[in-house]
Amino acid sequence: MRVRRLTAACAALGLVALAGCSSEAGNDATAPDATVPVEEEVQFDEGTTMAELAEAGAITVGTKFDQPGFGLVSPDGVPEGFDVEIAKIIAAKLGIAPEDIEWVETISANREPFLQQGQVDMVAATYTINDDRKELIDFAGPYYVAGQDIMVAAGNPLGVEGEESLADIRVCSVNGSTPAGYVQENYPDADLTLFDEYSLCAEALKNDQVDAVTTDNVILTSFVAQDPEAFELVDNPFTEEPYGIGIPKGDDDFRTFINDVLEESFEDGSWAAAWDATAGAITGAPAPEPPAVDRY
Amino acid sequence: MQALLDNLDRLWSGFLTTLGMSVAAAVIATILGTILAAFRVSPLPPLRALGATYVQLVRNTPLTAVFFIVIFGLPAVDVTFQNFFIAAIVALSVYTAAFVCEVVRSGINSVSTGQAEAARAIGLTFGQSLRDVVLPQAFRSVVPPLGNLWIALVKNSAIAGGGFAVADIAQLAPSLARDNPAQVLAIFGGIALAYMVITVPSGIAVGVIERRTAILR
Repeated sequence: MRVRRLTAACAALGLVALAGCSSEAGNDATAPDATVPVEEEVQFDEGTTMAELAEAGAITVGTKFDQPGFGLVSPDGVPEGFDVEIAKIIAAKLGIAPEDIEWVETISANREPFLQQGQVDMVAATYTINDDRKELIDFAGPYYVAGQDIMVAAGNPLGVEGEESLADIRVCSVNGSTPAGYVQENYPDADLTLFDEYSLCAEALKNDQVDAVTTDNVILTSFVAQDPEAFELVDNPFTEEPYGIGIPKGDDDFRTFINDVLEESFEDGSWAAAWDATAGAITGAPAPEPPAVDRY
Repeated sequence: MQALLDNLDRLWSGFLTTLGMSVAAAVIATILGTILAAFRVSPLPPLRALGATYVQLVRNTPLTAVFFIVIFGLPAVDVTFQNFFIAAIVALSVYTAAFVCEVVRSGINSVSTGQAEAARAIGLTFGQSLRDVVLPQAFRSVVPPLGNLWIALVKNSAIAGGGFAVADIAQLAPSLARDNPAQVLAIFGGIALAYMVITVPSGIAVGVIERRTAILR
């Protein structure tokens, strides 16, 4: 177990260094203390998913690879972000070290199939909890609640105030995303441009090819923080997007376990530390109040 | 299947967008590609170099990168298009023209030199002999590869919807999948089928044209 402890320490050091880099990008994020220490002696009931994973000493986690602050893959192939840290906290409670986590890219469209086919053990990928999805898979959490908002060019030349404006402007979002669906459903006549990445929407906004970008506020905030001279957040969120951990349908023991871990992380400060090191380091915003876990 | 049936209107409008975009790009690419082929066989070295450079540059650039350059690169030098649909036609035309050029050039090379020499002997200029004698024979011998290019173009056009803001049939798949997470496979299968509605009859038509225009040697 000595090796384990050493690697955990290295991982913690790496995290501090990461937060340091992010701070230099222009914000005063406080360096987090460390991730949750990896449990050395874990005991689970025979036959549960937890026992299997702990026995294997490895877990496969699906996350976004292109979402700054939540899940963004670095040049060495390891994703970084808030979703990633939450997954590491859960893995730690299973006795699995961060380097024993296998990261698999999940995009919005393949999260349910990957869980159903067993290609991943769980998904932490800005995954909005909703009833359609609950019919196919189960959700632990939420561990964060985002809200759909609008980003416009700096100075807000068209005077966009909130969602009512969506009907009259050229708005951009990502094809197949929940925010795009909200616009299609509530403003069917809106001039909606759909790219496959938010960074392209931001580029189009810069080029005046669209008037606004709409998606979850956390994603928009990171764009504004990176380029405050070009962008501005309307800051009038109009939906609630509770992010949950996706797990295979019917695995209630695993769901309860993750919910327990999440609540523990809300209380012991590791959740807030994870926020400060990732999404918080980009936006400069302090960690919000953790949401209430929904044990349905 | 239900998800597709419930959205037949969106499916139809996406299908027409795909078809319109492909036909427009095919027409422009054929014209541009033929001009480039004429450059490449022209007696003037600068024109030959221009044609060869275009082909090498464009043929070796991934189509996604061509889309990127047209949609996000050109605005940086103040070249903008009315909308993303037109930008997509430009990207597809520019890309496919390089391939058309090489197909047409190989057709030109397959016409025996005696034909061109005879045309010059009766006093036709280079342009006239190319237009009236060589190209009509050249096109006849390259019907199958041109058909291939058309089919590839139709499927390549999915990049415009998949990533570059054109509301074609490929763009529909992710939003239908989001709204009907239980039917993802059927949705993507149905979209693939919609492409075959264009490409399979095209393949048969190409076969008919090939037989009708074959040169008896």
